[in-house]
Amino acid sequence: MSAYTGTTELLRLAWRRDRVLVPLGILAIAGMAVSSAKATLALYPTAESMGGAISEIFASPAAVALYGPIGNPTSPDSLAVVKMTMMGAVFLSLFGYAVVRRHTRSEEEAGRLELLGSGVVGRRAPLAAAVVLATGAVLITCLLTALGYIGLGMQSAGSVAFASGWAASALAFVGITAVAAQLSSTSRSCAGLAGGAIGAAFLLRSIGDSQATLSWLSWISPLGWSTQSAAYGANRSWVALLGVAVLVAGVIGSFALLDRRDLGAGLLAGRRGSAHAPASLSSPVGLAWRLGRPGFLGWLAGFVVGGLVVGGLAKSATDLIKDPGIADMLRKMGGGEGLLEDVYLTTEIGFISVIAAAFGIVVALRLRSEEVAGHTEQVLAGATTRSRVLASHTVIGLLGSAVLMLVLGGVIGVVDAAAGGSAGVGRLLASAAAHVPAVWVCIALAVCAYAWLPRIAAGVAWGALAVFLTVGEFGGLLGLPGWLIDLAPFTHSPRMPVEPFSLPPVVGLLAVAAALLAAAYAGFRRRDIG
Amino acid sequence: MSDAILVSGLRKTFGTTTALDGLDLTVSTGEVHGFLGPNGSGKSTTIRILLGLLRADGGTAQVLGADPWTDVETLHRRLAYVPGDVTMWPNLTGGEVIDFLGRLRGGLDQAKRDALLERFDLDPTKKGRAYSKGNRQKVALVAALASDVDLLLLDEPTAGLDPLMERVFRDCIDEVRADGRTVLLSSHILSEVEALCDRVSIIKDGRTVESGSLTQLRHLTRTSLSAVLDRPATAADLSALHGLHDVVIEGDRLTGSVDTERIGPVLDALGAHGIRALTCQAPTLEELFLRSYQS
Repeated sequence: MSAYTGTTELLRLAWRRDRVLVPLGILAIAGMAVSSAKATLALYPTAESMGGAISEIFASPAAVALYGPIGNPTSPDSLAVVKMTMMGAVFLSLFGYAVVRRHTRSEEEAGRLELLGSGVVGRRAPLAAAVVLATGAVLITCLLTALGYIGLGMQSAGSVAFASGWAASALAFVGITAVAAQLSSTSRSCAGLAGGAIGAAFLLRSIGDSQATLSWLSWISPLGWSTQSAAYGANRSWVALLGVAVLVAGVIGSFALLDRRDLGAGLLAGRRGSAHAPASLSSPVGLAWRLGRPGFLGWLAGFVVGGLVVGGLAKSATDLIKDPGIADMLRKMGGGEGLLEDVYLTTEIGFISVIAAAFGIVVALRLRSEEVAGHTEQVLAGATTRSRVLASHTVIGLLGSAVLMLVLGGVIGVVDAAAGGSAGVGRLLASAAAHVPAVWVCIALAVCAYAWLPRIAAGVAWGALAVFLTVGEFGGLLGLPGWLIDLAPFTHSPRMPVEPFSLPPVVGLLAVAAALLAAAYAGFRRRDIG
Repeated sequence: MSDAILVSGLRKTFGTTTALDGLDLTVSTGEVHGFLGPNGSGKSTTIRILLGLLRADGGTAQVLGADPWTDVETLHRRLAYVPGDVTMWPNLTGGEVIDFLGRLRGGLDQAKRDALLERFDLDPTKKGRAYSKGNRQKVALVAALASDVDLLLLDEPTAGLDPLMERVFRDCIDEVRADGRTVLLSSHILSEVEALCDRVSIIKDGRTVESGSLTQLRHLTRTSLSAVLDRPATAADLSALHGLHDVVIEGDRLTGSVDTERIGPVLDALGAHGIRALTCQAPTLEELFLRSYQS
């Protein structure tokens, strides 16, 4: 029996389990890419008709830090994909990572790999099957996207280069996740390692792309390869080879690690702990905090770094844009008058509030994973109530996301002030706080989905966030009707400090969040557990 | 109050599957009650209704005089639960889980906790993911036994324990009984049931098929009988005899089974044929269960 015996069977099993999830992921990412390009091209068929608008926005290091540099400012095709390049690369990388983790460490943690391992299955087969499935999913997404672009009449070589850039980023993370799954001994720490790698890659390339002197940072970041492929410009399709190289290295490395460890174990060994519980661990919310604390601290570190980057770039971003025409346009984009720096910071804080919502959703969905694992049953067998159990992770999500936003606002303010900016710590704290109600609506929606539709709660919560994000980012571009754009809670956050604080939308968002939480409690009270 | 658990006509369906179909269960205060049945017969579903985790579709259930669905908080201060499949938070130690579950119930007896850790030979400093199935079971048992509660709901609590620990468990249950507390023990280990339980209920397909003390249940079952006779009996001789079943006659040897309450008359009748040798065997617990499970 070779180490790969059974790979085909396991691949079939993985496909059977993921026959909805994987095609849906492929179609969602490719569909979003093609439809946004189509909408942009319909609005601006030539580069001239764009009036240079988009290319001028991309003169701002802040926008470049977020979206990456433009492949070719004179090509409408390049402009059509510029907003999608980096966001899609991140989504596709997360997709590849999720598929690999799902079929390796998560399976091992659940004990199912043990069951399979006792059959005629080679030692390397489960990992091989997971990597093949993830690689296939990534490549099909890239292929469909390229075909879609060519179908829209976009330049072929550029479309191939675009897809190659995506493949480079996502395949690299398939390889990196394979290694992370071997290093970690739990599914959660695997998520931490791989998610941290994606976050670090984004940070590296956002610095590299926006600071000319540090552009080499973009080349050592797998996410940077998506923009370095310079689609519809230099067309560096060969960047795909970089991704393949990381994938191959990752797979070889993970096989080497796999051959040296026991089933169920990781290389990062578990430690012993205290024989007694601390006083804080005596209620459901105490448990939720204990379980969620390491994750929260990780997110907090991310938000501090994010605040440093955004705050550090604020001054230079606005100094660069001296041209009154661009300044005027940015103001229009920002939706208001005011200092250019304020406009930039408002946009960034608004965008990062979506990430804070993602944190809250992760925490809220822990309610579901705790129930599936049988832990909720044990807690509810104690002298506690359903409301306290439901509130436990919800409170951590709500308060945690608010703390993240306030820390972000504070760090941006302090860094900006140190760099000689004029935004002001107090105003940025207020701006960050004004975005919290919209974040809470997203979290409350996830809790409500858990209470009423536990099986599909994750799909509902993440799907809603993806829709809110898409509608917010692309709504105007896609020419979506106003009422649809208004569905996204983020649309209603007061755009401070560009605009003054406005009470009605904040009260409205808080009321929606409260209503969703009340509905969640009504549902959770009466349903079966487990 | 005489009954710790009083369940009648309990029904529960999951989609199209009927898990409980009019189940009855009475557990008197102070007794150790065995709860038996084949896999999938509804034992865990019953226990989870008694815990207020599931809502019954029909019938009534009372636990310690309270409604398990509505009086959750006050009721759960007085009971402890050990699930059949104990899962642990991977990053919490056994000691932390014991303390946490105990505090949720309103506190636990530290001295008792330490004594139980000693008796069960459990290391409380290991993290959840490092425990074997048996050790996870011990964590839940220590947490439940260290609490001062009136009722213990134990769902196959010894499935992963070695014989030595099984012995410790039996001693602990005997002490619980001596304290006058009540135990509902779901189990497949017949020797354990025989050693521990005052009464048992056997369920099948979501319905109670037998309930009573082991002596009573034994009485309902046939005794197997084998006799060597001086004057071989013919089938015709015995056909009029009530209570004798499955008769096989091979030469002078007769084997069969007798309804336990008819042993006297049957032996009298056989005596007329001159008994040279006789063995009578009371039904084993296993036979009793197999008969209930299969009927």
